[in-house]
Amino acid sequence: MSSTIDSATTAQKGARELPWGLWAQQTFSILSQELRKNFLSRRALLLYLLAALPIFLLFVLAILPPDDDEFQNINGLSLVFSLIYNTLILRAVVFFGCAWVFMNLFRGEVVDRSLHYYFLSPIRREVLVVGKYLSGLVTAIVLFGLTTLASLFMLYFPRFSSESTRYFFEGAGGKQALIYLGITTLACIGYGAIFLIVGLFFRNPIIPALLIYGWEWINFLLPPLLKKASVIHYLHSLMPVPMNEGPFAVMAQPTPAWISVPSLLIFTLIVLVLAGYHTRRMEISYVGD
Amino acid sequence: MTTAATATTTTATITATTTTAVRAEEKMIVFEDVSKFYGEILGVNRVNLSIAPGITSLVGPNGSGKTTLMNLMTGLLKPTRGRISVLGTSPNDPQELFRKVGYCAQFDSFPRGATGREFIEFYLRTHGATGRAVENLTHQALERVSMLEAADRKVAGYSKGMRQRIRLAQSIAHNPAVLILDEPLNGLDPMARAEIIRLFRQLAAEGLYLIISSHILHEVDMMSDSVVLLNNGYVVAEGNVHGVRDEIVEQPMQILIRCDRPQALAARIFEQDGAVVEARLHDDRQGLFVKTRRPDDFYLLLNRVVLDGDIRVESVAPADDDLNAVYQYLISSDGGR
Repeated sequence: MSSTIDSATTAQKGARELPWGLWAQQTFSILSQELRKNFLSRRALLLYLLAALPIFLLFVLAILPPDDDEFQNINGLSLVFSLIYNTLILRAVVFFGCAWVFMNLFRGEVVDRSLHYYFLSPIRREVLVVGKYLSGLVTAIVLFGLTTLASLFMLYFPRFSSESTRYFFEGAGGKQALIYLGITTLACIGYGAIFLIVGLFFRNPIIPALLIYGWEWINFLLPPLLKKASVIHYLHSLMPVPMNEGPFAVMAQPTPAWISVPSLLIFTLIVLVLAGYHTRRMEISYVGD
Repeated sequence: MTTAATATTTTATITATTTTAVRAEEKMIVFEDVSKFYGEILGVNRVNLSIAPGITSLVGPNGSGKTTLMNLMTGLLKPTRGRISVLGTSPNDPQELFRKVGYCAQFDSFPRGATGREFIEFYLRTHGATGRAVENLTHQALERVSMLEAADRKVAGYSKGMRQRIRLAQSIAHNPAVLILDEPLNGLDPMARAEIIRLFRQLAAEGLYLIISSHILHEVDMMSDSVVLLNNGYVVAEGNVHGVRDEIVEQPMQILIRCDRPQALAARIFEQDGAVVEARLHDDRQGLFVKTRRPDDFYLLLNRVVLDGDIRVESVAPADDDLNAVYQYLISSDGGR
């Protein structure tokens, strides 16, 4: 018995001397615990359906292609994918998927009445926020990154298999696929941070999520300065194939990548600091939640 | 020069006093003028407590503030006013606090999909324990609550008693110095209750601080070293049960005297003015319940009766210095605030 106590004490002593090591270990523990929940719980089913939606639609389009010119040759498909990516993948699948994953990180635990297990662990609340955020990020990037790539391939390969192979492995297709993957990753980072904080601050996060959705949707109508107060503006600036936003769109200079990417990352960092600060003061009072 | 020397001595005295106070605080769980309000609703008010090692039971009706006190101690709630220190650590420092504290909360929910063993192992990993240490500590904790056989089954399939025991195992797994247990005997069958109470006594004997809330007064009475009685968010009384009983002067003390002639005894004890308030025959007519406000005078009188030899006294025992009676006097009769 004393040997086990000794080993724990040694671990604790070691942990006190090297807090970064302990925090990394705690973050990893949280990450593995949360990833299991994110991927294997019943809540994940909705996420899988959402992630599969564009792939399924593109599968239908591959079987029953429309007569439009863009669908008839491989050169037109990049424009088609840009439209599908913007309207369906980015604005619907990634947006709502991130809302579901990140809002549930804390709110879901409050609903399940299991958040106290984390709060009763020797984990700094800030470490908990980071661990949970990273778990949401890994989940979202894996699922929606796969959605992005699978959708792209589903559009190209079934009808133009040999040209597509050349396009992706020798031509510009490979780079384009990586850029779309990068945009999806950045979208998960940005929306993830927003929905993490929404889930922390609001008892019913659906309404703020819908308001954010509306704000992101009307982005094309906003004056240039206001456009910058949205995630979608920075993501649009990175698109490999610019999309026509219609006759009512207010035109604005795209923000260069060297500003867009750090802006989103800095915003995320600020949100995480805020979330950490809020979580430190958080109380467990399941009654009424 | 003399003034300077006096000032130095004073400073040294203050420093020494402060150091002693800090050291003392590191050995106690201290509530200093703690209040907690949920909006306008009172949780607990102006609580001042110093809890020493051993088993301390929090006793009171539903909504009296027992769980609030426990949640304040563990940082799940923040006090509206006042200060709490658990062996010198603030509840706002979870990283330090939960190395010393294990909390078996009342919330009956678990992380989804986890087995009993995984539930404990995850908790130990957050403590920085790894590999063999995690395995050993988990095994030891499961063994202590007799859950080794069921450890690899999903918690979702456990009975209420098993869930209670696995929570208990989790809270003791890292060998904390302070164990906070909110209704830990709920859902346990009589055998398991006896076993767990034995475990509590054993942990207390090892020098741990056990803070337990329970509704079952005779069990609390049986295992507690001291009690904290709460009512409507106020601490009504605290300390050793017998000590608390002695302080309830407005309630006459009840004593049961077993003897061969209780009626004759009743006649004798009323001879001395004011010593006895009330006397009542026991149902089996082999004893007498006596209520007295002056127990010392009464015992002197009883001594005389015994020495006279015409009444044979078999036993004398206080009939209301248990927790149940104290609870009745202070809380059920709304004796508290």
